[in-house]
Amino acid sequence: MTTLETLAPVAANGMFTVAWLMIAVPAVSAAVLLLFGSILDRIGHWIAVAAVLFSFSIAACLFAEQLLSAPDQRAVGVVLFDWITIGSWKITAGLLVDQLSILFALLITGVGALIHIYSVGYMAHDERKRRFFAYLNLFIAAMLILVLADNYLVLFVGWEGVGLASYLLIGFWQHKPSAAAAAKKAFVMNRVGDLGLTMAVMSMLALFGSSAFVDVNARAAGLTPFWATTIGLLLLLGACGKSAQVPLQAWLLDAMEGPTPVSALIHAATMVTAGVYLVVRSHAIFETSSVATTAVVIVGTVTLLVGAWIGTSKDDIKKVLAGSTMSQIGYMMLAAGIGPAGYAFAIFHLLTHGFFKANMFLGAGSVMHAMDDDVNMRHYGALARVLPITSITFGMGYLAIIGFPGWAGYFSKDAIIEAAFEHSTLVGVAALVGAGVTAFYMTRLMLMTFFGEKRWREGVHPHESPKSMTVPLIILAVFSVGAGALMNFWIQDWLEPATGAQVREVSLVPGPIGWATLAVVAVGVALSWWLFGSKPVPEIAPVSSNPFTVAGRNDLFGDAVNNTLVVQPTMVLARGLVANDDAIIDVGADGLGSMFAGLSTQTRRLQTGQVRTYALTMTVGAVLVGLVFILSQLG
Amino acid sequence: MSPDNYVYLAAILFTIGTVGVMTRRNALVAFMSVELMLNAANLVMVAFALARGNLDGQIATFFVMVVAAAEVVVGLSIIITIYRTRRSTSVDAASLLKL
Repeated sequence: MTTLETLAPVAANGMFTVAWLMIAVPAVSAAVLLLFGSILDRIGHWIAVAAVLFSFSIAACLFAEQLLSAPDQRAVGVVLFDWITIGSWKITAGLLVDQLSILFALLITGVGALIHIYSVGYMAHDERKRRFFAYLNLFIAAMLILVLADNYLVLFVGWEGVGLASYLLIGFWQHKPSAAAAAKKAFVMNRVGDLGLTMAVMSMLALFGSSAFVDVNARAAGLTPFWATTIGLLLLLGACGKSAQVPLQAWLLDAMEGPTPVSALIHAATMVTAGVYLVVRSHAIFETSSVATTAVVIVGTVTLLVGAWIGTSKDDIKKVLAGSTMSQIGYMMLAAGIGPAGYAFAIFHLLTHGFFKANMFLGAGSVMHAMDDDVNMRHYGALARVLPITSITFGMGYLAIIGFPGWAGYFSKDAIIEAAFEHSTLVGVAALVGAGVTAFYMTRLMLMTFFGEKRWREGVHPHESPKSMTVPLIILAVFSVGAGALMNFWIQDWLEPATGAQVREVSLVPGPIGWATLAVVAVGVALSWWLFGSKPVPEIAPVSSNPFTVAGRNDLFGDAVNNTLVVQPTMVLARGLVANDDAIIDVGADGLGSMFAGLSTQTRRLQTGQVRTYALTMTVGAVLVGLVFILSQLG
Repeated sequence: MSPDNYVYLAAILFTIGTVGVMTRRNALVAFMSVELMLNAANLVMVAFALARGNLDGQIATFFVMVVAAAEVVVGLSIIITIYRTRRSTSVDAASLLKL
């Protein structure tokens, strides 16, 4: 297997020296919003929006500068400061602005800015709006650290930072016990993944003496198969946690308890894709271990089917989209696992998914806004006429995700399916089936929400959302349509130096697999229309004994599996420890205590309160002391 | 000069004082017994000072007498206060501080 070396980054000059401001400004803004308290309640959200727009403008300038410079000058390393120096390890905090990270920075700050603006409208009546925007800024800063870091330790700082922001934002409505529980669940499950990442980074430090991407990439080829596989699998564990891949997928569906802009930004467009970024960034390690890449492919394939399956059976609009997110990230993982043939498509799909999924989540938020925060699609119906902008923009996202020719998802997902078929027929068929199921559940969502007859609850009067919400929707819809065609012929060449991706021929005319995909998608849409469009949708979910439906409604028993395999054994262990504590440690400690209590009860008897007794005691004592003195003199 | 006789006298006085403190219930009498013990000690110190021909013992005696005077002031006032509240100076009855 040939390992394509990545070019060493060139030193920073000009605009690149201020790249750190991209991170610092949102971070400072978050701190200001949190520290200055209610003084900023009225203008705080605009400060946050301005901070993200500032970061976006820097990212855009850097991107423009990269476009203008020669291909081998595009990856720029920015050294910030010496961070840790222990023994022979010297860890420098630095940024790596290369072809891969700049695309992420643009996605994070661009979609992030739109979602900030959307939140101004969405969160307008929330009392803790200032705090919400502070957390969003914190997230942007942490996510930028994650993608711009030039070594794994700095990446880990951002990795934990986004975990914290995700926790704070999922549990933002902390008065709801379900939100608080979901936040804790996300945090704990992410810790499992973080364990993998931490161990991978420590292994790198132990083996290479450095965690910088440059050093790791350069020396990965010399790893023994055992260590390459170990580090690869540990990194995959980290990626599974952050990206909600099987087996650490259960937190993402509950994470929908957070406000909808959070779901759009963190749990669809950016943070959950960090796992894909990690795998692509660590391509040098994965390329030396076929076991690890196979594991990535398996995880991706299983997750894309599981996510799609869950998406088909949910009535909660956000949970359908969450299942869909899992499924789409599964596609990206699959592409990242295929190897050099898939890296560019993984990132391509990640970007287009970032646009269309953020678009649809924000659209779902707009629908919820209109329906008094009801998330049950069985209470929607016929919203196309009352929410024209929302439904049209949502429709653009819908066409993009099912892969309608010309829309963004068509280019990125079809490329992944083709690459999957080249990798192995089994994986290709799974990806193809996933595309059909995606079309099925997204059509179901569209039909139940925007079409059919009204099933609104009493007293609900849907109305289109304010401009601050619809304008971001429109912009994202434009990208959902155009991003695919825009990047299709460009992204592979662009990413080639950073990821070592193999450039493949792409064309606008679908090949045989492309036609097959379109056919499967058409079947999915038609089936969905036959089930949900041609006849009225019942307002209460019909009781079903179909094992597929039952499993889907229960998230494929993900929670049950976790309970049986992890939670219950932990509980048993904890109960055992408590019993041990009660039976042995407590008894011992109590025994010691009661021994002294008994002893002191006896000693207390010496204090009779009789002055004459005390006098006698004193005299006897004095005589004894005198005797000792005299005897010692004699001796 | 030999201090023997003084020491015998002091030993007798000290013993009387000790036995008095240990046996008498009346606080005033016990108090007088304590004074007797102090003065027995004083007598020994003065006697030895005389025998050795220096003044150390005599000076120590002055200190003891000053401290004893101060102690008498405090002690007597306590006894009087107890007598006022309890109409008795029996030391056996004054055992309220024990647990």
